[in-house]
Amino acid sequence: MGQTISEKIISNHVGRKVFAGELVISEVDGAMASDTTGPLTIKAFKEMGGTKVFNPDKCALIIDHAAPSPNERIANLHKMMRDFAKEQGMRLFEIGEGICHQVMVENEYVKPGDIFIGADSHTPTYGALNAFACGVGSTDLAAVMMTGKIWLKVPQTIKVHCSGKLQDGVTAKDLILFLVGKLTVSGATYQAIEFCGEAFESLSLASRMTIANMSSEMGAKTGIVHPKGLELEYDFCAITPDKDANYIKTFEFDVSDLEPQVSAPESPDNVHNISNYEGTKIDYAFIGTCCNGRLEDLDIAAKILNGKKIHPDVRLIIAPASQSVLLDAMSNGIMATLIESGASLITSGCGPCVGTHQGVPADGEVVISAANRNFRGRMGNPNSNIYLGAPATVAASALEGKIINPKKYLL
Amino acid sequence: MSSINTIIEAKAHVYGDHIDTDRIIPGKYTKTLDLSTLANHVLEDLDPNFNKIVKQGDILVAGINFGCGSSREQAPLALKQSGISVVIAEDFARIFFRNAINIGLPVLEIGKHNIQKGAELSINLKEGTVTDITANKVYTATKLPDIMIAILNEGGLVPYLNKNGNYTL
Repeated sequence: MGQTISEKIISNHVGRKVFAGELVISEVDGAMASDTTGPLTIKAFKEMGGTKVFNPDKCALIIDHAAPSPNERIANLHKMMRDFAKEQGMRLFEIGEGICHQVMVENEYVKPGDIFIGADSHTPTYGALNAFACGVGSTDLAAVMMTGKIWLKVPQTIKVHCSGKLQDGVTAKDLILFLVGKLTVSGATYQAIEFCGEAFESLSLASRMTIANMSSEMGAKTGIVHPKGLELEYDFCAITPDKDANYIKTFEFDVSDLEPQVSAPESPDNVHNISNYEGTKIDYAFIGTCCNGRLEDLDIAAKILNGKKIHPDVRLIIAPASQSVLLDAMSNGIMATLIESGASLITSGCGPCVGTHQGVPADGEVVISAANRNFRGRMGNPNSNIYLGAPATVAASALEGKIINPKKYLL
Repeated sequence: MSSINTIIEAKAHVYGDHIDTDRIIPGKYTKTLDLSTLANHVLEDLDPNFNKIVKQGDILVAGINFGCGSSREQAPLALKQSGISVVIAEDFARIFFRNAINIGLPVLEIGKHNIQKGAELSINLKEGTVTDITANKVYTATKLPDIMIAILNEGGLVPYLNKNGNYTL
């Protein structure tokens, strides 16, 4: 019987051929935690008798969720992380180095074919790299760091096939929002997703990360983009599914006519064509996060904002996904264009997306965000409303002070 | 069962579908190791009164996809610290489900139900049954994998690994 990508990767790690439904204890290639999950991980690691992390070169801690520290309580948690990393000889990514998922990929902590476990729900982002990556909580992660292993159920897989090419100005974010709307926030619970078809084949690594990232918005254990067309700076052995692999469900969409998509409050699957929301007044626009803070995202925003000023009633906040993204955006002029248009640059990291600091909306305000979640209270104020869209949509909306289709700025 | 009570009888607090982790404990309160801070803000954006009415041992009941969103273990920790002894839902988001078991908070998936706010429930964790005493109806929960039962029986993953040193299936 044929195997899916997840079944193949897990089989390679347990040393026998396994299929969906089997419970396994698998070797893990790498693991990471952020400053939301890291302190509890360290506490659990010590309480469960941990002394040494299983592979200090493949385990990392990242300070990104509240960076730099907004108060003394969080400053002390950050110190606890720094002390633990030093004691273990593992790397701690400091404030401003970037968002956990971005720095794990940039620094090659995760590679195609790996099993990577992260204490963050957006860990499936590495499915862009043809890896099996799952999010867990702090205690699970502590156990991975101690044992180098995880127990898991080999997931069933949903196949999502998209034919057609996206129109100019329609991006990976629009595609994944569309799919979240179709599959819903619980459409892939406990399951893996494989994304395949022409629409994904021409996507950059950054765009594939946007796709895989939002697998978690459908409840998926992992989401893997088929490797066809994937280009990396190093050689790799692509893992593809067998022709007779068994899928629990298959979705087929033709996305050649897809228009930009918007997810309305207050669930990521409340997705509609942008035309349904055009004209909605906004107060605040945000481009960043593990979903859409990469160079191509800042680049398309800069193309739209080039030489113009954002609407006087709107503030635009930019949080590059990493220091490396920021340096690239500085050296090629993108960052200057954004700042000259009126954007405010904040530290690379999760920033306003997690509602801790760096841009909490006021009561009654409306936000258009390139992030991946718009749950009530997500950005720190339950009395504000969050719309999700592509970076192009966010930039165009910041210009006009209302939600707008970015197409006319990209022709 | 050593650390977890097998029989729980208490009142149900009932909420709806897709209760996400931001609603269980908003992100702005998660960065702490102080469990009482978590309990003080549990479910505040969903039901500002919850924290005042919840009593030690009470039961939380929800619809589908309970705990979706973030991986924050602070969500089940906040519920447990507030006094909740068990969470029952039609089904759960996967990370929340694992996190709850890992910190020793029992969770039961019972499919479609009609449990009403304030109902008196009797739960037999060993048998996996939920009896709605008020409505005189019995629900049977999906059986947990053996490894999860073993983790729960020890009171969570920390005591489980303390005892065993590694996983066994």
